[in-house]
Amino acid sequence: MGAPKMFFAGSGGQGILLMGQMIGAAAMLEGKEATFFPSYGPEMRGGTANCTVIVSDKPISSPLIFESDCVVAMTLPSMHKFEQTLKPGGLLMLNTSLIRHAPKRNDINVIEVPVTELANELGNSRVANIIMLGAFIRATNVVSPENIEKIIHDVFSGQRSALLELNLKAFNFWQQ
Amino acid sequence: MSEKVLMKGNEAFSEAAIRGGCRYYFGYPITPQNEIPEYMSRELPKHGGSFIQAESEICAINMAYGAAAAGGRVFITSSSPGIALMQEGLSFLASAEVPTVVMNVSRCGPGIGGIQPGQADYFQATRGGGNGDYRIPVFAPASLQEGVDLVFEAMELSDKWRNPFFIFTDGILGQMMEPVKLPEKLPDIKREDIKKHKPWALTGYGENDAERNTVISLRIQPDVLEKHVHKLFEKYERAEKELCRVESFGLEDADVVIVAYGIVARIAKEAIEILAEQGIKVGLIRPISLWPFPYNEFKKLSRNTKVVISAELSMGQLIEDVKLGVGERFPVRLVGRTGGMIPSSLEIAERTKKILEEIGG
Repeated sequence: MGAPKMFFAGSGGQGILLMGQMIGAAAMLEGKEATFFPSYGPEMRGGTANCTVIVSDKPISSPLIFESDCVVAMTLPSMHKFEQTLKPGGLLMLNTSLIRHAPKRNDINVIEVPVTELANELGNSRVANIIMLGAFIRATNVVSPENIEKIIHDVFSGQRSALLELNLKAFNFWQQ
Repeated sequence: MSEKVLMKGNEAFSEAAIRGGCRYYFGYPITPQNEIPEYMSRELPKHGGSFIQAESEICAINMAYGAAAAGGRVFITSSSPGIALMQEGLSFLASAEVPTVVMNVSRCGPGIGGIQPGQADYFQATRGGGNGDYRIPVFAPASLQEGVDLVFEAMELSDKWRNPFFIFTDGILGQMMEPVKLPEKLPDIKREDIKKHKPWALTGYGENDAERNTVISLRIQPDVLEKHVHKLFEKYERAEKELCRVESFGLEDADVVIVAYGIVARIAKEAIEILAEQGIKVGLIRPISLWPFPYNEFKKLSRNTKVVISAELSMGQLIEDVKLGVGERFPVRLVGRTGGMIPSSLEIAERTKKILEEIGG
């Protein structure tokens, strides 16, 4: 993937946008170009949430994605909405805790991660997004895991520092 | 210079305004620019500035008029229908020669319309929605870095030209994140020094002042008003020479030239790459200043050009300036979407090819 184009999609409150922002911030640490564009609208907790992320060594012309390399789907409707954007051979990552149906496409790579269950094993369902982020980074190497860990340190500092250990653990929890 | 930071457009533009000297912000919430009043309400007081949530956009522009007339450096923002409400005030500011930077993080219309990105306020921005003969320079950034640089610079330019300046952007640039390098903050201007920088400002009538300053837009005598408008237009004529900005490439041997600004120019660049792979040479003219419009850039078009395309998120507004630039030399066609729909790079490429076929290229 020269300049991977990624969709992160799920429902409001799942931390979808944070996944995208962390990759953008880590890419910047690596001196790469990055864009992040969230869907915006009359949305709320429980509604749909998605964002695009593009990482490239060269200037990025448009932050919009019409044909994607990777889709991370955290809910069933988001899989239905975004699997069709994948290029043949693209990567679809599914939160199989919530997605019990198989994707329609058979010309793509699929990685299944039961993130909600894994998060519950860690004792906090809210870190499902960080477990998925860890799985995604290991599967794609779009940025280095070390740089994501640096960003996790940044995000979970100050008043949120009590959550740092949990999130670092979550980021390294998934083993293929 | 500071290192790059990953910021949301709305927040980056706000920070650029503060670093450019903005100490007064007046606004009323509207999507997709709500992060700006939020950011300003949090950050401006830290710099000794004031944030006021106005009761409407009409009020916001008139608060700007007052604060800027007193010599304050003002940045205000809204989105399309809110900017429409500000038009009367903008005409007043232009006439009274009061600086203020106004940003439109535009959405789609007409009416309340929708909240997705649009460029259908092109006429509103470049022709003005207020009454009378006046002009407002308009800059349209295509990236967050360019937006940051233009907002920062416009804060200075607006004072220098004693005129409102527009930054015309849209919901995508407002909402997206990109690494940006922020400019160094300008030194604060002390209240007692405002008079030195802006001798025209309403800083209070002192014992040693020979004449009382007035800031007005009412000139009831026709000969006085005509003289004033002529003076404004001498300024606008200078602005046309000095403020025009454009990016262009590939014009020398292009089959097609696409004209696009803001986010559409970025999508067009992808479309141009797609077409190049198919052996179709496409050049780009990206106006950065929408007024003054870079008409002279069109003189660079080669004889081989078959058609000029205006790509825009509207039903044909930019195209009118494109036609003025092209004259009778080449056919001009529109590739437009509206209602908050954004064309893909593939769509622009396909429609360009179809237009070429129709033209007989």
